[in-house]
Amino acid sequence: MKRRRKAPFPHIAVDLRLMDIFLQQIINGLVQGSIYALVALGYTMVYGIMGLINFAHGEVVMIGTLVTITVAGTMIKAGMPVVLAGFAGISVAVLVCIALGWGLERIAYRPLRNAPRLTPLITAIGMSIVLQNMAMIIWGRNYMTFPPLFPKIQYEFAGANFTAVQVIIVLVSALTMGGLLLLVYRTKLGMAMRATAQNPAVASLMGVNINRVIAAAFVIGSALGAVAGVMVGSYYEIAHYQMGFMLGLKAFTAAVLGGIGNLGGAMAGGILLGLIEALGAGYIGDLTGGFLGSHYQDIFAFIVLIGVLMFKPSGLFGEKTGDRA
Amino acid sequence: MLEVTGLHVAYGGIQAVRSITFHVNKGEMVALIGANGAGKSSTLKAISRVIDAVGGDVHFCGEKISRIAPHHIIRKGIALVPEGRGVFPRLSVAENLAMGAFMRDDKAGIAVDLEKIYGYFPRLKERVAQLAGTLSGGEQQMLAIGRALMSRPKMLLLDEPSMGLAPIMVQKIFEVIRIVAAEGMTTLLIEQNAKLALESSQRGYVMESGEITLTGESASLLNDPKVRAAYLGE
Repeated sequence: MKRRRKAPFPHIAVDLRLMDIFLQQIINGLVQGSIYALVALGYTMVYGIMGLINFAHGEVVMIGTLVTITVAGTMIKAGMPVVLAGFAGISVAVLVCIALGWGLERIAYRPLRNAPRLTPLITAIGMSIVLQNMAMIIWGRNYMTFPPLFPKIQYEFAGANFTAVQVIIVLVSALTMGGLLLLVYRTKLGMAMRATAQNPAVASLMGVNINRVIAAAFVIGSALGAVAGVMVGSYYEIAHYQMGFMLGLKAFTAAVLGGIGNLGGAMAGGILLGLIEALGAGYIGDLTGGFLGSHYQDIFAFIVLIGVLMFKPSGLFGEKTGDRA
Repeated sequence: MLEVTGLHVAYGGIQAVRSITFHVNKGEMVALIGANGAGKSSTLKAISRVIDAVGGDVHFCGEKISRIAPHHIIRKGIALVPEGRGVFPRLSVAENLAMGAFMRDDKAGIAVDLEKIYGYFPRLKERVAQLAGTLSGGEQQMLAIGRALMSRPKMLLLDEPSMGLAPIMVQKIFEVIRIVAAEGMTTLLIEQNAKLALESSQRGYVMESGEITLTGESASLLNDPKVRAAYLGE
């Protein structure tokens, strides 16, 4: 991703290289940030409605990626057209993730609806471990190659490179998020979801079936997660049963950064975290005199998480700091 | 129309309502009065299934409703205006009213009822687009009542509609409550303001420590020396 060129004039090389990296890292950050935003929405929707941090959400994304590999990969190997294989892979991944999200809520969280707050939180971590191990049993321990669903085209703009996949990731994320906003702010289901998030007891007095709204939050979040899973797979071109862990943690950080429970916050937090990470990774070598390299990029997410929790626990767009764990 | 028999509500070991029995006839406004903590709100919450009763039955229009899911209560025709108003703070006034009509599909009927509610409370019409959380307490109470009426209920349950409001607001709101009742709405009114409640209603029940201790025509309760001493400050 981060190519360092030998500059012809050593005495001005540093400045040129810094600017070169800057635009490149902005692009990389936007792409990575769009993925974080999609995943963060799954965390924030569930949290907004029932105050639960669904730590298994990262695993839902991972399963979306692996299912796409199985379905699309098999179809491509069988000689079917890539477009068809891609479409089938994505559709099956979305359906599997929807079933998974619905099942998680039904089996793991609904029985604990009235339990102390810590109980479902620990259950969520438990479900995350269960799903990881299930995926390991099904898909094995090795890295898997994600089939090339999108054309490999390179573009260049002002010295920075980007690919068709990166453009597709940003576009798909933007469209998906736009669709989600329409659903939440323009439909009856969306209104019921917002009402339930604000006051579940009164929402049920209005005739809203709370269980159904909560299930809807899980289902929608998981569908977004599946889309994110396909995007991650296309971007890195490899996948692994443990990939959901770090991705989930970072998306959770993005949700906290934007103010957890807030949809716009999750989107902004995701993009912002992507940018912070990419710029951080691009300049960490220069900042530390070469002591730390770009493989340290993961520390930025956690610096952000710790910083937000210390100085603004309600996040950038959060309205209140409640007592929610 | 509403028959409550042997209703019992407890929170952990604390008995909030001890096996009370009362009824509300069709078209009637009945007041349930009593001091803070007498169990009035718990009674209403148990009827509307916000909380589970420990024992007893509630029948509405001859049908047992004490075991149905909370979101079915409004479909049976019972609308609760909850204690503390319970408006959705980050929904607009229009959206709050739309939530009241959540389980209705008749667009034309909803539009008619909306105009009717704006007629009762012109203030709401002026603030359609405003978030409910930014309204004054009185306006929120108007909104809560309007929202309940948007379900076109057969019966209205009002939980302390005067609580925390300026006297002028209380007057305005009770004006509407009386109009709605006069149009034939069956109403169960819970109030700490006993005078106001008894003046507005036909019959009343007095609750004390989870039990009904006195009942009768509202007019006679108003003149009852015990009621006067305990609730009317005389």
